[in-house]
Amino acid sequence: MASSKLYSDDVSLAVVVVDTNPLFWATAALPFADFFAHLIHYVNSLLLLNHLNHVVVIAAGLSSCTYIFDSSDASASGAADVAATFAKASRKMDEFIAEDARATSSNGSVADGNAASLLSGALSLALCYIQRVFRSGTRHPQPRILCLQGSPDGPEQYVAVMNSIFSAQRSMVPIDSCIVGTQDSAFLQQASYITGGVYLKPQELNGLFQYLAAVFATDLHSRTFLRLPKTLGVDFRASCFCHKKTIDMGYVCSVCLSIFCKYHKKCSTCGSEFNRVMPDLNSVPDQRQ
Amino acid sequence: MGSMTIGAKYKTTLKDPGTTGVLRMNEDKFTFTPHDPRSAMKLNVDFRSIKGHKFNKVDGSKPAPPLLNLSKDSDKGGGYMFEFDNVTNRDLSRDFVAKVLGKQQGTIPPKPNVPPENSVTSTGEEQLSAAEMQRRMKLLQEDSELQKLHMKFVLGNILQESEFWATRKNLLEDEANKGSKQRPGFKSAMLADVRPSADGRTNKVTFSLTTEIIHQIFAEKPAVHRAFLDFVPKKMSEKDFWTKYFRAEYLLRTKNTVAATAEAAEDEELAIFLKNDDILAKEARLKIKRVDPTLDMEADAGDDYIHLPDHGIIRDGSKETIDNDGELARRTLSQDLNRHAAVVLEGRSSDVELTDTKTVAEAIARSKKEPPSSSISDDTNHERLVKVARMTEIEDLQAPRSLPYAPLCIKDPREYFDSQQANALRSLGGNNDGRHARNCRLSTDDAFDHLLGQISSIKVNGLNYPVIQSDVALKVLNELNEGISRSRRLNLKNPQDSLLGQIPRRTRDELMDHWAAIQELLQHFWSSYPITTSVLYNKVQRIKDAMTQIYQKLQDIKESAQPDVRHEISQLVKPMTQALDAAFNHDLEQQQKSSKSGNKPNGF
Repeated sequence: MASSKLYSDDVSLAVVVVDTNPLFWATAALPFADFFAHLIHYVNSLLLLNHLNHVVVIAAGLSSCTYIFDSSDASASGAADVAATFAKASRKMDEFIAEDARATSSNGSVADGNAASLLSGALSLALCYIQRVFRSGTRHPQPRILCLQGSPDGPEQYVAVMNSIFSAQRSMVPIDSCIVGTQDSAFLQQASYITGGVYLKPQELNGLFQYLAAVFATDLHSRTFLRLPKTLGVDFRASCFCHKKTIDMGYVCSVCLSIFCKYHKKCSTCGSEFNRVMPDLNSVPDQRQ
Repeated sequence: MGSMTIGAKYKTTLKDPGTTGVLRMNEDKFTFTPHDPRSAMKLNVDFRSIKGHKFNKVDGSKPAPPLLNLSKDSDKGGGYMFEFDNVTNRDLSRDFVAKVLGKQQGTIPPKPNVPPENSVTSTGEEQLSAAEMQRRMKLLQEDSELQKLHMKFVLGNILQESEFWATRKNLLEDEANKGSKQRPGFKSAMLADVRPSADGRTNKVTFSLTTEIIHQIFAEKPAVHRAFLDFVPKKMSEKDFWTKYFRAEYLLRTKNTVAATAEAAEDEELAIFLKNDDILAKEARLKIKRVDPTLDMEADAGDDYIHLPDHGIIRDGSKETIDNDGELARRTLSQDLNRHAAVVLEGRSSDVELTDTKTVAEAIARSKKEPPSSSISDDTNHERLVKVARMTEIEDLQAPRSLPYAPLCIKDPREYFDSQQANALRSLGGNNDGRHARNCRLSTDDAFDHLLGQISSIKVNGLNYPVIQSDVALKVLNELNEGISRSRRLNLKNPQDSLLGQIPRRTRDELMDHWAAIQELLQHFWSSYPITTSVLYNKVQRIKDAMTQIYQKLQDIKESAQPDVRHEISQLVKPMTQALDAAFNHDLEQQQKSSKSGNKPNGF
């Protein structure tokens, strides 16, 4: 019974989504090599906190997403060490970046300079992984998602990102956000707010590991006893469904709640017509006359 | 301002070839000296006599000489017309004249690039009633902030009086409803039966009348009122009038028919009081005509119950059925009661101070209106019925008839700023000290090559030990503790820790004034769209200028803020500048839309 209690309380499944947008890392203040080192040390710290902890790392690129690390794929010996984690992750990352480069060059629409990372795809992969863990047995670790985001939000992914956020909320999976870029992320602000996660934008990027260890390494059970940074404000702006741009005032379909920046006669999402007039019963001519 | 000298031609008429000379102008006067000393066209005119100036538009297609006309008063007539060599010289003279006229008239001179309107479209001061003006002045005196806004925008020629008060109809309505007072009415007691006082020794009786009693007699008996206006003071004095009135009352009360008939034959004035009141009879007949004919009543002129011989109880309670002649008045108790009740319900319509009998009679005559003619249409009948139904209501017992309005809810700036304290610190750590995003733009392939190079260096160099320096870790922990403590302190909702409390008082008051001004301007700005008339266009231009000035002041406040409160002031100013930016962007979009539509006259 003690083992079961410990298992359900403080055992974590941490899915880390890493932003690998090359357009961001080319001009980032923190080099990707240093960032990767902080990430590897954080993953190893999670694995050292509890031998039952489960860590998965998903890379979000420009044209694709993939798993670059899964702690359940341990070797036959069962011993996980820093060198092995680093070797596997770096090799997978190298292969993924090369593959994403080929996919991006073949996809002409992403060739412009301000492309966004596939945050929605990465979140979907994370949620699918968590669902598989949920359905594998009665006892499972407490899942959560940590997003390490650097590039700006892509308004065209608003619908997919919001669907992922609501799915995480429904599954009671918190989404933590750590912004390593220069500007805040409205998507991740809303994600952490809705799912009950922690949103943080570090000031000292050279101390990224300290932020990760102090704020994001705690399991969900321990968070009820700790005082973590609180979000002082959330950017609740949305993106319109017709032009995929960020708006703060618009029109909403009363049937499916789709958001538009201009008035439409028909909803492009659910097909409702807004200009239909009910038949006027009083216009029937009087038969007595 | 100085003076200016320019060459010009003086023309008496448009077709006059003109006299060449030199035009000199200064602040007080202008002179014209012709080149030909023998010419008699010398001018020396004070600018005080000049009331306006006009000029014509010179187009490239139509050759016309540039002209400037300085006009005098309309009653004196005439003016001075000058022709210049080119448009530039004319414009310089026009600007100089505009400044001089603007200075002496005490108003802002018109912009040089805008030609004056040929048709006078500006309406004069609207006709305001004295009560409305008093209500506005009272509101301005009570509300100092409203007075400040009024002084800034209406006296500053940005908004007009009607525009300023159009958005404050609810205030004026509340003020108007407050001004309604309770009206004095009539007593329900019937005072017409004035009892005289009599001493026992002689047959003399004395009637004591007050203006209240006289007012009620006139209201209940229109014939007596009319007789008073006709006879007093032309034919008889007021005392003689009331002596005859009470003589007639005495004769009617004693039912001495023979004596009444005899005295009516002798005294023509006395006979008026002994006859039936024809005014009341006419009113009764009109009321019967207003009955809806669909009720299927056989209504005729005789159904006013006045002519029925045996109907009702006689005034003094007896049931005398003697068939007297129809000349003398017969009044039943029900008729008198109905008349008295109608008078009480109508109320005292005049507010004139009841000082003497003449004033009372004239006041009632003014308030009384002529009864309408018998030939009336159904619509008029319906309107009259509505008015009659409303007239019979006692206003004191009714709810105030203010029209339902939905006031525009302008949020209190203090509540807004207090609620913004959480959002103000959203960018806690928002200063980008630790990161500098370079603006160099790389192609996608170069970016991928860079990233692959980083990963290669990772593979070659391996992991660094330690990954973080101890002093950096300490700094991070201190920052986290500071941030958590600050957010915890802000969550206490202590009013002293409000965002406004950390700003010096002078700056805070200044920001409050700017916020109130911005709300007023934005309200008028957004309500002016779509722009359909030139009046709206000019209004939007004035509002934009005012908003630009406030925008500049906000920037100055941000730049001159002290370092310790600069962050808070910047957070407070941001929503104001965002609201102003939205208005400016909307104006730009409208201009682009209009210019775009102009480029395609045939449409898409």
